Amino acid sequence: MTAVIENLDPLLRALGTTALILVVSAAGSLVLGVLVTVARVSPIPVLRGAAWAYVQVFVNIPLLALLLLAVFALPDAGLLMPLLTTVIVVLVVYEAAYVAEAVRSGINTVAPGQVEAARALGLRLSQTLRYVVVPQAVRAVVQPLGNVMIALLMNTALAATVGVVELTSAVNKVNLVEAQPIPIFTAAGLTYMALALAIGLGAGRIEKKVAIHR
Amino acid sequence: MSTPMVSTPMVRMRGVDKHFGDLHVLRSIDLDVAPREVVVVIGPSGSGKSTLCRTINRLEPIDAGEIRVDGEPLPEEGPQLAQLRADVGMVFQSFNLFGHLSVLDNVMLAPLKVRRVAKATARAEAMTLLERVGIADKADRFPAQLSGGQQQRAAIARSLAMHPKLMLFDEPTSALDPEMVNEVLEVMTSLAADGMTMVVVTHEMGFARRAADRVVFMDAGQIVEEAPPAEFFDATRSERARSFLSNVLAH
Ligand SMILES: Nc1ncnc2c1ncn2[C@@H]1O[C@H](COP(=O)(O)OP(=O)(O)OP(=O)(O)O)[C@@H](O)[C@H]1O
Ligand SMILES: [Mg+2]
Repeated sequence: MTAVIENLDPLLRALGTTALILVVSAAGSLVLGVLVTVARVSPIPVLRGAAWAYVQVFVNIPLLALLLLAVFALPDAGLLMPLLTTVIVVLVVYEAAYVAEAVRSGINTVAPGQVEAARALGLRLSQTLRYVVVPQAVRAVVQPLGNVMIALLMNTALAATVGVVELTSAVNKVNLVEAQPIPIFTAAGLTYMALALAIGLGAGRIEKKVAIHR
Repeated sequence: MSTPMVSTPMVRMRGVDKHFGDLHVLRSIDLDVAPREVVVVIGPSGSGKSTLCRTINRLEPIDAGEIRVDGEPLPEEGPQLAQLRADVGMVFQSFNLFGHLSVLDNVMLAPLKVRRVAKATARAEAMTLLERVGIADKADRFPAQLSGGQQQRAAIARSLAMHPKLMLFDEPTSALDPEMVNEVLEVMTSLAADGMTMVVVTHEMGFARRAADRVVFMDAGQIVEEAPPAEFFDATRSERARSFLSNVLAH
């Protein structure tokens, strides 16, 4: 345990980096994912097709491949970004596909009769979505989205492979010096677990809040 | 002065055709519904009754022909169609109350968002309507906490809140336990007595006899026979309607 305590400073800084990647990527992928879903249910065929293709592409490419591609190919293409930014952009783009899938499955839980009733009352498409579909889809979407965010947390560790010093990378470095893999990696594992638990509990609370009384 | 006023029909369907893929569900339908008239549509399962009902507010678009509501041809999907739908109430077999809203909020939603009525006005009117259909005490409940009959009455109140000039009913009592059918039919009968223009798809022959001005019998996508209820039930002309009626009455 002393190995961890003696290196607390760099470890905490690395944890901060992990948290930063997590929070920014989470926010970004939620926004992008919802936009992709809107495109996917829109009446415009081109948008629908593009959104569908987007999801297919990113769900079927391993994140590591995408990350390496971005880190090595983007500078070649003349797009220079700080490493951390590149990692966040890749995570946003990648996780957005999973967010879009989760949100779409939530929308699919809303019975078609709900939409028909809204249209029959004279609500416009945007009003139907806003007042009838979204409020009911939300409750079905919270838990799956929580799971996407937990996966995102785990995926932040891949940043280590391209040289970003986040938690996994820092732990690895400390271990190279201290050679105490068991306490060091256990501490890291527990930290990830605590974060995942927090996300799960948060999702649970939100779900309770948006639950429909029955 | 001496020429009588000819009123515009509330619904006017001319040569309406509709396919679902290869299936020809509506075959050159001609149908007029006069203001204040109650038309009951009956016919065997799959004959196209629901589809006919749903073309009137364009929940189902048609392939050919013309439909006018209160003299206006149905517009394409968009804000104008939404406006027309606001004036045409629809009651579904499966109620389709908004599950995340209380009964009161179900009734208030469209007046607030579509008509932009002030909240206090919308609430007062919603309560009056809920009283009228006999479920004012359930205003704060959620749909899933109500019986089927109560849900359907709430759904009727939700439609009435838009002051429709026409109401469409697609088998409003078919999903109900037998003991709840009457409470819904009573509300519909009183609506009819108050002069609401109604198109009602139903298997309730008692309601047809009592409340209809005209019975329309459909089979295989066509209107086979139409007549005032007494004439239709007691002097059925077509063979198809006779065999349908003897089947229904046998049950
Ligand atoms: N959305 C749809 N897609 C394909 N076929 C459909 C669709 N809706 C209805 N049909 C078919 O069209 C025919 C007419 O259906 P419709 O629901 O209008 O009949 P109905 O007279 O209301 O029958 P029921 O008494 O069973 O309600 C049926 O054969 C039905 O299977
Ligand atoms: Mg039907």
